[in-house]
Amino acid sequence: MKITVYLFATYREIAGTGRLTLDLAPGDTVASLASSVTALVPGLPPADRLVVAVNNEYRDHDFILSDGDEAALIPPVSGG
Amino acid sequence: MIEITHDELNAAEVEARVRHPGAGAIVVFVGATRDNTAGRKVLALEYEAYRPMADEQLERVASEMQERWDLTGVAIAHRLGRLDIGEASLVVAVSSAHRKEAFDACHFSVDRIKQIVPIWKKEYFEGGEVWVGSQADFDPIGVRP
Repeated sequence: MKITVYLFATYREIAGTGRLTLDLAPGDTVASLASSVTALVPGLPPADRLVVAVNNEYRDHDFILSDGDEAALIPPVSGG
Repeated sequence: MIEITHDELNAAEVEARVRHPGAGAIVVFVGATRDNTAGRKVLALEYEAYRPMADEQLERVASEMQERWDLTGVAIAHRLGRLDIGEASLVVAVSSAHRKEAFDACHFSVDRIKQIVPIWKKEYFEGGEVWVGSQADFDPIGVRP
């Protein structure tokens, strides 16, 4: 299944792109997504430290992804 | 009322949104771009957001304020893009019948924004730039394993 992953701020600069498309297996979780991204993009924090949002909601690493989900790696926020 | 914009923020306009006949207090917080960080001179700042998630999380902050305190109005405006030193990056306006609620809710909102809203700040120095944010402290709504 196809999952789009958006990257922001420092992660976007590390990756050199703001968007990746991953091909994951049905039943894969946010943890699998985080491992796939860190394998593709050297220089990111370890997979188990990544904060991930799915369809605009923060999700824990057990969350099961569905085909077409929009995910985002959320670096430490610093608004205000 | 929530707003994320590339336009200059006007604190008086944000404050006007929370005026209410039953309000005896209006608290307005303005976050401004500072010219130094940890002893280093900052030349300019840039804000980036993940939208529409940032809008939704800002709405969440406003809802939490309304749930926790008896308020007559809440308005939050956050600026994006490149800002010069001394510009407003955030304006929060809160009104309530009595001052304690508005003060407490306003204080809470700024802490909460810095905890959960996907907006990032980059500081530009002479000869360098850095995205602000601490990996060690970042655990929005306890999602990290």
